[in-house]
Amino acid sequence: MTEHLDQQAPATASFWRDPEKRARLFQVLVVVAVLALFGYIFQNTLHNLEKRGISTGFAFLDNEAGFGVLMSLIPYDETYTFGRTFLVGLLNTLLVSMIGVVFATLFGFIIGVARLSSNWIISRLAALYIEIFRNIPLLLQILFWYFAILPLLPHPRQSIALGGTVFLNKRGMYLPEPITEPGFGWVAAALGLAVVASMFIARWARRHQEVTGQTFPVFWTSLGLLVVLPWLAFGITGCPLSWEYPALRGFNFRGGITVIPELFALALALSIYTAAYIAEIVRSGIQSVSHGQTEAAYALGLKPGQALRLIIIPQAMRVIIPQLTSQYLNLTKNSSLAPAIAYPDLVALFAGTTLNQTGQAVEIIGITMGVYLTLSLSISGFMNWYNKRMALVER
Amino acid sequence: MTMSEGKTDYLSGQHPDLPPPITEVGVVGWLRQNLFSNWWNTGLTFLGLYLVYLIFMPLIQWAIIDADWVGDSREACTSGGACWVFIRVRLDQFLYGFYPVDEQWRVNLTGLLLAATIAWLTVPKLLGKRYAGLFALVVFPVIAYLLLGGGRFGLEPVETTLWGGLMLTLILSLVGIVAAFPLGILLALGRRSNMPVVRALSVAFIELWRGVPLITVLFMSSVMLPLFLPEGVNFDKLLRALIGIVLFQSAYIAEVVRSGLQAIPRGQYEAADVLGLSYWKKMGLIILPQALRLVIPGIVNTFNELFKDTTLVMIIGLLDLLAIIKAALEDANWLGYSIEGYTFTGLVFWLFCFGMSRYSMAIERKLHTGHQR
Repeated sequence: MTEHLDQQAPATASFWRDPEKRARLFQVLVVVAVLALFGYIFQNTLHNLEKRGISTGFAFLDNEAGFGVLMSLIPYDETYTFGRTFLVGLLNTLLVSMIGVVFATLFGFIIGVARLSSNWIISRLAALYIEIFRNIPLLLQILFWYFAILPLLPHPRQSIALGGTVFLNKRGMYLPEPITEPGFGWVAAALGLAVVASMFIARWARRHQEVTGQTFPVFWTSLGLLVVLPWLAFGITGCPLSWEYPALRGFNFRGGITVIPELFALALALSIYTAAYIAEIVRSGIQSVSHGQTEAAYALGLKPGQALRLIIIPQAMRVIIPQLTSQYLNLTKNSSLAPAIAYPDLVALFAGTTLNQTGQAVEIIGITMGVYLTLSLSISGFMNWYNKRMALVER
Repeated sequence: MTMSEGKTDYLSGQHPDLPPPITEVGVVGWLRQNLFSNWWNTGLTFLGLYLVYLIFMPLIQWAIIDADWVGDSREACTSGGACWVFIRVRLDQFLYGFYPVDEQWRVNLTGLLLAATIAWLTVPKLLGKRYAGLFALVVFPVIAYLLLGGGRFGLEPVETTLWGGLMLTLILSLVGIVAAFPLGILLALGRRSNMPVVRALSVAFIELWRGVPLITVLFMSSVMLPLFLPEGVNFDKLLRALIGIVLFQSAYIAEVVRSGLQAIPRGQYEAADVLGLSYWKKMGLIILPQALRLVIPGIVNTFNELFKDTTLVMIIGLLDLLAIIKAALEDANWLGYSIEGYTFTGLVFWLFCFGMSRYSMAIERKLHTGHQR
């Protein structure tokens, strides 16, 4: 019997029966197949490009662009290079994304809290907002604001004036522009000082509380510092800031900051659309904190405000922040719908106009995708780090 | 104290056998609790009512009371409200694009078949869900392709360049989801695989598509795909867009399916291993049937997003519902009816998307038993 067993149990199984070897073979095959596919595509592309007489490489970035741009945050005209065009587009994408993020967060939190209101009408209205704007394609909303609503605004002469300094008409929105004078650096420095001081106070207060059990009004002190110090510096240096107001001259407004209608419509649509998602995130985040937490906080003698600030919000934020970040990322990616209304963002300017001018599709689409990919991967990398730091540490 | 003498011990309105006061129950109680519980709440109520008045009165006035419904040219729109005549006149185009009028019954038939399939899949009382799934994923696409494309069985061939409107929107999104589904499952399995190479490739593929906006993918598939293929091989525009959509969508499906795979307890995997099942049998018979059931809401949500995203094909020149309405709005005979056009499109999209989100919520509730407060 034992003899038989010894014979029957060889140390190695046949090649096909060994999962490890099989897996290794399979992986080799996969790698070969993928490489073959890429090689095939590469060959075809080279051949096709040669056939069509399209040059390859990134040298085109140094060529003169030869076209103007509707809006640019940095100096630009026809004589600049395609590389500069890329930069203009990238900055415009970042601009509209940042405006969108700020307003989407603002609207989103207001509506999310309204959705949880104990008042029936308010919570229904918030639900209505969420259900309407979340279920209509963003592109449609952008077109709606740009082609249907903006043309209804009055002509420059009959502009809607908000407080006499902000004007809204068919041609866009006009804001007063702050103009800094030499001494303004001191105000900024004072603000920086106030921020640093607040951070130190917060740290000291935490340690103080841990040692003595006494609390210190960190919030009000910091707010005071943040308000008083810059104003003090502002007063001492003799108010080194003036505003340039837009004024009607001829057929349109001059001076101040001009928000072109394309930017206005795109930022509006992005904020309204994303706010609906953020509102749902805020609602689910707040609801995810079990009611027992509130009850326990009250049982410990915390006041409602303290319970909210110290118990509910930190736990809700743990749920809210990762989802919020992914919405910000979505918003940035969605800003690529700009070509539909000719807002000169990265896609419209680079993957659109520049591609048409140079024909170098592979490089240009590659760069464009690379930009968005870098953005996404770096933000999701940050989120992973954050989640690891914030995750509940259980046993 | 005996029961018989308790009668006089109660103050008026305090007897325990009395019904609750009228201010606490019924309509009045509800109003007090939800709208007028304190001065702050009352203020909010009036603010809300004012908002409702501000938004809905002009809307109803414009869209219904003042609107023009009948007629066949813009001369019929005289009352100053919405001009729904525009939609009526163009409805055919909005639904079918430039599909030949004599052949539109084929689109209708496909639509009916689609509705029946969806009903079979979603109505709980109808049995044979497995066959329904098989039919929806395998048989229906073939039938739909033959019916819509034609060219066989004596059907007139219809070029895809003539397809458009709502029909094209539905085709793009349905083909997108159906074709992306198997690919997404493979990618999800790949990402959970023990083989490092397979895992790395799956992760790279998924993160690449999830990291870029759909519009760049569409640009890529419409501009770069012809470069990737051997000379002379050329797809039509619709197919190129579909390839882009499927690649993009499969990455999202993969992440949804992966979440389902992760939710299956380890014991299930181990039990399948102990039974000596091969990898594919383990996945196909034990893990995936459970995991896919869990992720139905997630898949419906993904589909919902895709359905909205199909509007992006406008930018590469396909005439889906939104694009065709936008084109109709530029018609010199109908200038100035943008609000009507976009409102109508919005309503159509909204009905589809809202329906889907409600369905996914209902399933979620069905799956989440015992967690409710």
